[in-house]
Amino acid sequence: MTHQNTSQQHADWAEAAVAEHSKRDDDAGYSAHKPGTEHAGREQLVLQRIERARKARPRVREKLITLAHGAGGKATQSLIEAIFLDAFRNPLLAPLEDAATLTAGDARLAFTTDSYVVSPLFFPGGNIGDLAVNGTVNDLAVSGARPAHLSAGFILEEGFPVEDLRRIVQSMAAAAAAAGVSIVTGDTKVVQRGKADGCYINTAGVGLIPDGLTLGVSTARPGDVVIVSGPVGDHGITVMLERGELDLDAELVSDTAPVHELVRGLLDAVGPDVRAMRDATRGGVATILNEVATAAGVAVVVDEDSVPVRPEVRGACEILGIDPLYVACEGRIVAIVDPAAADAAVAALQAHPLGTAATAVGRIIEDPPGLVMLKTGFGGTRIIDLLVGDPLPRIC
Amino acid sequence: MRFVDEYRDAEKARALAAKIAALCEPGRHYKFMEVCGGHTHTIYKHGLEDYLPESISLVHGPGCPVCVIPMGRVDDAIALAEQPDVIMTSFGDMMRVPGGRGSFFDSSAAGTDIRMVYSPLDALKIARQNPDKHVVFMAIGFETTAPSTAMTVLRAQAEGIKNFSIFCNHVTIIPAIKAILDSPDLRLDGFLGPGHVSTVIGCRPYEFIAAAYGKPLVTAGFEPLDILQSVYMLLQQLAEGRCEVENQYSRVVPWDGNTVALRAVAEVMELRPYFEWRGLGFISHSALQVREKYAAYDAERQFTLPGVRVADPKACQCGEVLKGVLKPWECKVFGTACTPETPIGTCMVSSEGACAAYYNFGRFSRQRVQEVSIESSRA
Repeated sequence: MTHQNTSQQHADWAEAAVAEHSKRDDDAGYSAHKPGTEHAGREQLVLQRIERARKARPRVREKLITLAHGAGGKATQSLIEAIFLDAFRNPLLAPLEDAATLTAGDARLAFTTDSYVVSPLFFPGGNIGDLAVNGTVNDLAVSGARPAHLSAGFILEEGFPVEDLRRIVQSMAAAAAAAGVSIVTGDTKVVQRGKADGCYINTAGVGLIPDGLTLGVSTARPGDVVIVSGPVGDHGITVMLERGELDLDAELVSDTAPVHELVRGLLDAVGPDVRAMRDATRGGVATILNEVATAAGVAVVVDEDSVPVRPEVRGACEILGIDPLYVACEGRIVAIVDPAAADAAVAALQAHPLGTAATAVGRIIEDPPGLVMLKTGFGGTRIIDLLVGDPLPRIC
Repeated sequence: MRFVDEYRDAEKARALAAKIAALCEPGRHYKFMEVCGGHTHTIYKHGLEDYLPESISLVHGPGCPVCVIPMGRVDDAIALAEQPDVIMTSFGDMMRVPGGRGSFFDSSAAGTDIRMVYSPLDALKIARQNPDKHVVFMAIGFETTAPSTAMTVLRAQAEGIKNFSIFCNHVTIIPAIKAILDSPDLRLDGFLGPGHVSTVIGCRPYEFIAAAYGKPLVTAGFEPLDILQSVYMLLQQLAEGRCEVENQYSRVVPWDGNTVALRAVAEVMELRPYFEWRGLGFISHSALQVREKYAAYDAERQFTLPGVRVADPKACQCGEVLKGVLKPWECKVFGTACTPETPIGTCMVSSEGACAAYYNFGRFSRQRVQEVSIESSRA
């Protein structure tokens, strides 16, 4: 039986967090809050204070890893910057692009790696195998490289059906053939039952970057146009529905596909005018645009009505209360392009079967730096921030 | 998309905005409270304030289910999850709510079995699938979610499921509104009444607000046009000197509510003598507990809980924000010590919390945005 205990405790962690920030906070201009006294100037001060807080060096306060650290949002970013970048710091890693650019003699190579833990392993439109190949091929492709060679590492759970593994590996072989890459090295580990979830795959890849091509989200400048190559969110919603936990049904298939040819078409048409490309995986289009805004010190304005979203995806998102802009894709790219070449870029993407619905969705402006804003379909304005974590289970 | 797009029509919004502006008395300032966190979310998500004249301010109310849970109850829930062979189940937006010693996410990382569910029936399903475990459902929310919790208890009883209980934290909206009306800090001109709560309790329980406190209330839907229309209806009442309870959300809200749902709640639950609300303190008869008759499904009776009250951090002003006395950004720790990544107060956690909505969607200067619109229309 419980009863209201009269003793009272304090949340030490909260008092500590407040103390830490008030030490850091130096603007004497902001004095304590008086209810009802509101004027624009004071709100402005608060906004500036927040900007300073956001620029502070990221820290991982948690004692233990939580699922939020893997969701692709702010918690992931803090983990990468405060733990990994801090320890590994070097000029090749620092830009935190989808792939690192290496030089070997005169050649420039793109080098990337990614791990796949999707559940369920098989879903409409694909399985963990083609995801693992396409994901890495795409990270190379959007770095401007021609994907060449992949590695594949498997972590298998004791008791995993060999037949399932065979299916997964056959999908990988087919995906590699379609992308024109070969899987040239690999590794296998088996862990005790219960220590993994069936099958995890890691792939790494290298590709050759053509001469003269320099891409990077930090090169975006005011005036540039933001293009997406097709409807967003198909993969994420397909996987969520396939888990069967939501009791929703839709005729949806994952968009998992290799985008190297789509990218090739774009670069052939308007190569020098492309500033950056990203494939919109975990965290979706919104996360990429935040990376652009932060890396280039610019603002991004997106027009909600022009973002292509399938009605099934929109419907599921409405029901689940999530924004399709944050939902993962596995075969969609976001390109930042010089305004003079925007129409030609859209046309080049549309000429490829994966890009028929390509369209411009927004543009880069100067100010306020680091912010992504959305003109809503309703006619209002709001921010699109990075998510903290993802309340839904892992999807890629 | 049907049933969605027609309520987000920018053209209709512009027409309504013009009518709203025309109804505003020059020189007068209007303060309306939207009671529901769902409204707050809509207002920021669609950028609705762009349509309202400066003389109208929307004040965010207490109707965010996650926001009103005090830290001590989170600690109790975590203590439940730490019991041997217990699976704790919870709605997703509860997972990040901090208690005195961390959140469900932290507890789960430390080894407890806490699972997200979309409905209490999913929790019951987990109980069926795990007969050797005891499954507790973290029941939170206003009258909106109480019926589904009550129905789940009735279902569990009907099926003879013995390894299931609820940790009941359901609260009721009327005492919270009354606390706000009795608070000397705030002068309001009217209320946008809660939409989903009213689908259950109807509009009648609000009549005292108009009759005894002289404030008009319009029960409002959750699409942006619903909210604009409700603001318009409030202004109309004020302009015509009326003070009534009106129902804008009549496509969903019956005037007398949902009697089947209310009966289910009354069968399983009763009012608590008092309950602590985050930031608002103890409010009498403001929450529900499981009736003695259903004690077998009451986690508070089945387990021993610490029941220790955890004081809100001194710097946290969630109470003032929940009462609408402070705008989110007026809180001293807003956006610095308290952010969605590291929330101190509950208002920063749920997507329905006023602070989270403002931080995630509205953290920019209105003036700057107008400039942006002009720039991009020129381009």
